[in-house]
Amino acid sequence: MSIAIDTATPPSAPLDEKAAAAEARYAQATQLQLTWWRFRKHKLALVSLVVIVLFYAVAIFADFLATTDPHATDARRSFIPPQGIHFFDENGFNPHVYGLRGVRNPRTFQLAYSPDPSRKLPVRMFVRGYTYNLLGIFETNIHLFGVEGARAGESMFLLGTDQLGRDLYSRILVATRISLFIGLAGVVLSLFLGVLLGGVSGLYGGWVDLVIQRIIEVLRSVPTIPLWMGLAAALPRTWNVIQVYFAITIIISLIGWTDLARVVRGRFLALREEDFVVAAELSGASQGRIIFRHMLPSFTSHIIAATSLALPAMIISETSLSFLGLGLRPPAVSWGILLQDAQNIQVLSGAPWLLVPAIPVTMVILAFNFLGDGLRDAADPYG
Amino acid sequence: MNLLEVQDLKKHYPIRAGLMRREVGRVRAVDGVSFHIAQGETLALVGESGCGKTTVSRCILRALTVTSGAIRFATSETETVDLATLPKRQVRPLRRHIQMIFQDPYASLNPRMMVGDIIAEPLKVNGVPAAERRDRVAELLELVQMPQSARIRFPHAFSGGQRQRVGIARALALNPRLVVADEPVSALDVSVQAQIINLLLDLQDRLGLSMLFVAHDLSVVRHVSDRVAVMYVGRIVEVAPTDTLYRAPLHPYTEALLAAVPAPDPSRRGRRRVAQGEVADPANPPPGCAFHPRCPYAVDRCRIERPELTPTGSGRYVSCHRAAELDLVGVR
Repeated sequence: MSIAIDTATPPSAPLDEKAAAAEARYAQATQLQLTWWRFRKHKLALVSLVVIVLFYAVAIFADFLATTDPHATDARRSFIPPQGIHFFDENGFNPHVYGLRGVRNPRTFQLAYSPDPSRKLPVRMFVRGYTYNLLGIFETNIHLFGVEGARAGESMFLLGTDQLGRDLYSRILVATRISLFIGLAGVVLSLFLGVLLGGVSGLYGGWVDLVIQRIIEVLRSVPTIPLWMGLAAALPRTWNVIQVYFAITIIISLIGWTDLARVVRGRFLALREEDFVVAAELSGASQGRIIFRHMLPSFTSHIIAATSLALPAMIISETSLSFLGLGLRPPAVSWGILLQDAQNIQVLSGAPWLLVPAIPVTMVILAFNFLGDGLRDAADPYG
Repeated sequence: MNLLEVQDLKKHYPIRAGLMRREVGRVRAVDGVSFHIAQGETLALVGESGCGKTTVSRCILRALTVTSGAIRFATSETETVDLATLPKRQVRPLRRHIQMIFQDPYASLNPRMMVGDIIAEPLKVNGVPAAERRDRVAELLELVQMPQSARIRFPHAFSGGQRQRVGIARALALNPRLVVADEPVSALDVSVQAQIINLLLDLQDRLGLSMLFVAHDLSVVRHVSDRVAVMYVGRIVEVAPTDTLYRAPLHPYTEALLAAVPAPDPSRRGRRRVAQGEVADPANPPPGCAFHPRCPYAVDRCRIERPELTPTGSGRYVSCHRAAELDLVGVR
């Protein structure tokens, strides 16, 4: 038996320059680039990414986009139905909403506002409204759009008002802030706990692993709603909104870290046996170098994917806790708190628009799930 | 003095059961293996899957803790250490002397590192300065016949054969005294196998490489090895210089392995005996000779008494009761 003499890399036919450049681009692409190229093909995930970015932008600029002070109450304008913007009138293009007219209730003699088609409030861009802090730094009163020349108590109510006469549209915008960032804060905390405990568990194995795994199993086998109820009931009533907010974040992430810890542990266990990790070990590399140079970069993408799938769970947790009255409490505004108003069937039959906050919840959860799916598929560009 | 002497190497895995994790049995993955490798020599370790050949190689690399036995390794012309008993901390500085070529070139290269960095990794962790590393990487790429442009490319841009060249370059980076090649061509296409085998031959010539070449069949080892050790269920059943072993095997298992080598000549297919049945379970090996349930020549004695590995002259060893009386078929 003879073996063909090895000819070094065969001289390939001269490629045209473009193909050569494309080849080099692929050959020199980093993990991030490969992941991005694969993620780009996942159109639904891409759209979801845009949706999520928009939602966070709304959360950051909520007050700028709002039209009416979300905390301003006025009993006279309770349960005003959503007001549409009328773009044209007899003079052509002239966006406006109807003003409010006080009507005395013939039975109770209470004064209540209802739309008055005879009075037009012009809708303008960059109008001055209530004062707020932009990004927590600048104090300003400029809003993207709003009405001009409104009388006291009058404004535009795109999605109607609640029982206390607060503008639902503005409240949903402001609620986005707490609902989205509680998820983020919770995930950061779970990520820290998950990577730390999962990493220790996977790396050291033995009894450490055993103990951590049993803790995870116990935590996961406790029914979440009663656990939350217990923990939330333990929060002192005297705490202010910020304190409750952080306490709720911690409660939510106490459960959330277990998933991430499992992912991280699994990756560590799998990677410890990978040939390239063994190769690094055999070349005499230190433990630290093996972990940080070889193992961690191999699963950052998995962590990112797991995180984007954990976020919606956090958001849902906050929403359901607040909906049940166990989470944040008014005057804090979150989607769950807004939905609390929609608990009562009698209120709901009179003012169905109070259910609108469920729409952004659904949208964000779906978008995060699609994004997580796309990221998970793209996470391992070498798989 | 031999570069490596392995004596009565054992690696057992306890089988634990129950709440108290009591040991209820042992998987004798490697059960008393002895061999040596001389300076500049290539020894092939051959056997079916699960015979313990990979375990032996991992024990030598101290990727596994040895149960018992000695692995005497000459770290220099005058100095010898026993790798089997050395504490883990003292093994690390010795790692540079024994390097490994992996079976799967797709798994053995970190996909997140450029080829240049992969080859330079052993140099870097052993404190070679950057300028020297650059020159050495260039030299190594040339040695394994890879273009210099590979340096800034990632492994995903290369084929299996090319990746294996990178793996070989990495293994050679520190000028190791011994290279353990764990089935370096099994994962490759046949045409590429030939190229890698030729590269290894070339390196043996040029660098005087000492190598432990692990393989699961006899078809590839003929070209690279000076001697062959055949393993079956944790033990060596035959050791012989390559040519003699191929021409006149002494153990029925060697004959069976040789019969499995594809023969280009159809007229030689007459008396071929391919082993029937499954490899014995190392947790529960059969009494007597472990090969007897599959052996066409087995007699009563083989079922009761375990044969020892005994020398038969001219550097040959075999563990078979009937070695002297059998006339076994080899290949030309």
